[in-house]
Amino acid sequence: MKVLRNWFDKQKPHLEKGGKFHMFKSGFEAIEVFLFVPNHTTKQGTHIRDYVDLKRTMSVVIVALIPALLFGMYNVGYQHFVATGQQLSFWPVFGFGFLKVLPIIIVSYVVGLGIEIAAAQMRGHEVNEGYLVTGMLIPLVLPVTTPLWMVAIAVAFSVVFAKEVFGGTGMNIWNPALVARAFLFFAYPSQMSGDSVWISLGDKAIIDGFSGATPLSQAAAAAAKPIAEVAANHGISYSLMDMFLGFIPGSIGETSKLAILIGAAILLFTRIGSWKIMLSTVLGGLFMGTILNIFAVNSYMAVPAWQHLMMGGFAFGAVFMATDPVSGAQTNRGKWIYGFLIGVFGIMIRVVNPAYPEGIMLAILIMNMFAPLIDYYVVQGNIKRRLKRAIVKA
Amino acid sequence: MSKVIKLKKGLDIQIKGEPVNNLEHIGMPETFAIKPADFQGLIPKLTVAVGDKVKAGTPLLFDKYHPEVQYVSPVSGEVTAINRGERRRILEVVVKADRGILSEDFLKSDPLKLSGDAIKTELLKSGIWPSIKSRPFGIVARPADQPKAIFISCFDSSPLAPDYDFIFKDEANTWQTGINALSKLTTGKINLGLSAKKENRIFLETKDVEITLFNGPHPAGNVGIQIHAVSPLNKGEIVWTIQPQDVIMIGRLFLTGKYDSSRIVALCGSEVKEPKYFQFWMGGSLTGLLKGRLDRKNARIISGNVLTGKVVASDGFLGFYDSIVSVIPDGNYYEMFGWALPGFGKYSPSRTFFSWLGSKKKKYILDTNTHGEERAFVLSDEYEKVLPMDILPVYLLKAILVNDIDAMEQLGIYEVIEEDLALCEYVCTSKIMVQSVLRKGINNMIKELG
Repeated sequence: MKVLRNWFDKQKPHLEKGGKFHMFKSGFEAIEVFLFVPNHTTKQGTHIRDYVDLKRTMSVVIVALIPALLFGMYNVGYQHFVATGQQLSFWPVFGFGFLKVLPIIIVSYVVGLGIEIAAAQMRGHEVNEGYLVTGMLIPLVLPVTTPLWMVAIAVAFSVVFAKEVFGGTGMNIWNPALVARAFLFFAYPSQMSGDSVWISLGDKAIIDGFSGATPLSQAAAAAAKPIAEVAANHGISYSLMDMFLGFIPGSIGETSKLAILIGAAILLFTRIGSWKIMLSTVLGGLFMGTILNIFAVNSYMAVPAWQHLMMGGFAFGAVFMATDPVSGAQTNRGKWIYGFLIGVFGIMIRVVNPAYPEGIMLAILIMNMFAPLIDYYVVQGNIKRRLKRAIVKA
Repeated sequence: MSKVIKLKKGLDIQIKGEPVNNLEHIGMPETFAIKPADFQGLIPKLTVAVGDKVKAGTPLLFDKYHPEVQYVSPVSGEVTAINRGERRRILEVVVKADRGILSEDFLKSDPLKLSGDAIKTELLKSGIWPSIKSRPFGIVARPADQPKAIFISCFDSSPLAPDYDFIFKDEANTWQTGINALSKLTTGKINLGLSAKKENRIFLETKDVEITLFNGPHPAGNVGIQIHAVSPLNKGEIVWTIQPQDVIMIGRLFLTGKYDSSRIVALCGSEVKEPKYFQFWMGGSLTGLLKGRLDRKNARIISGNVLTGKVVASDGFLGFYDSIVSVIPDGNYYEMFGWALPGFGKYSPSRTFFSWLGSKKKKYILDTNTHGEERAFVLSDEYEKVLPMDILPVYLLKAILVNDIDAMEQLGIYEVIEEDLALCEYVCTSKIMVQSVLRKGINNMIKELG
């Protein structure tokens, strides 16, 4: 450890302006502060500082994502073997998924961090920690069959156009992970939706009678038929338990509501995720679902409101995407409105416009855009209270 | 029964080294100093030169823009040095003390029988005036202003704070005399903020004041928080604030006619062998106080508390407004994977370290390491949790960063000074320099308003 520390100290002069490795300064420092919490001491203001820093916060979010990630890996294998009609024990199933998912994660981090480091070097900044989470979120919201080059393009697009052009972590308007997802959704729709993208088949053939459709697309397909023709289950062939535990086709990290709930518990317990946003998103979803239930002109609209929470990316979006503190509302009152509208729009887009099954993604992006407006009115409210006080007194 | 205001937001930092209620008398320091940097925005003008003989209460400096406000020598002796920093700015005017303290003679009289103007003149002449601060902005009060009220916080809730019940227990008479003098300076009330958790021995019996009890964690003891809760400050209004130790100094002035800067000071922090109280003097050199009482050399000595105090050298001087000297370890070290370790022994109000499993009563040694680098604002609702005010701190700070005077005014810059937002700085994940940003905004406001 001491040797490593000395090595870092020895390299430092070469990285200063005019040194021969100056062009690697940001990258070098990123690695250095990753290995060692720096020896900076407080100069002015408070003499003590909380132990928490952005690295710690971001790594807690990563920890919260791990259950969804691990289950996602297992489910990739599970879906593969179900679709190809084989039965295997736990480890081969997990191993198959692990080998499918790992390259996506590696591509996401290598491309994303590469651009971040280059951008930091260009601006003479330090590398921000924001991408640690984004780099994990992006693989989790993609179908496992997404080609690696597409992952790379989507990551590059989102880091450059959703984040760095605004000034980096803390300045972005939209959640970068969702921008990557939306980019792929609109640029390569055939690889992002439909029934065939969710399951990695390899060179095996699909067995008879297996559709590969997600519960969302089943429900959407059933909506076209008259209610009477659709089975009691609104056309969905999966049991509620499967949908809760996650043994369904879908994006890598979104299928298991149980794993997401564990993640939510971690975020809420460490107070990093906003409970206000999570709760209000769920309430908004239930509210819109109930309204649709009341009208229920087709079987999709008749899906009970609470079952919507189990389908598609709603849970994942509410827990990990809507709660992004940078792109979400930042005032306490604003958070309630912001979350509620995400829930409302998410379900509305999903049900009313079946061309966009992933309504929650679009709903969060829309509300990301409106979050500053919501905050603006909350701030104005605070200002008005202060002004009113003065008038009453005088 | 007085009104009790319950404040939920805030944080009592679990830091080690609280002083025990034990008073030690030590010899008078050899040197004393007045530090212009203790007074926000002061442009000092010297009235003495090196070699001049002075008494306690002899002016050393005055304010360039308000020459009637004088800054006086705390003891009698000889001016031995005028230490200057960059651009010849005066850092310290050092006085070598005589054996006994000889004071200038001031008016000895019952303040209730004097007029407000007479009291004002006496306070200005004796150099106690700068202990009265004005809100907005936390600057030394301007004698010509008409404050709508005077606020005094009668408890200190900051980390390792001295116990006022203990240090003022014999001062009931001087306290009331000081309050009587202050009551002549305002047409409004004198508001005392008391802790609902303490005995408030001398404070509860104060006559002719409005008492409000506060119940809650730090910063409930900050006078700014109390003003906000009792009678928030609007544009154009002015209130004055003063600390109890200075009220007592005013009391002594009128009871004895002497300038007496002695005060009880808490020496505390994890690097102090026995944290306790000492009979000390404002502006006194800390050399004698610290000698043999610290555990190790590599420590930071702070005149004031760990959130708002100023760094001083081991031979530095106690600040004008301070009654506490905190000593904490220096954090000049690297920690491998420090951000990733479970952190059982790392106190953090954020709950991202496992230390939250421990007792809420456990005290931790906290050092001066920043534990990370500065970043842009990322997390929300961090600051709000430790600020019991109807103010949106992040929006206020952002308004300051873009120097938007209107927005700063609308978002409540008149109601806060650095100490009120100090906890925000402590908890900040992005390591933003909240207090210096705020001071920059306040200075811009002062410039703008003239």
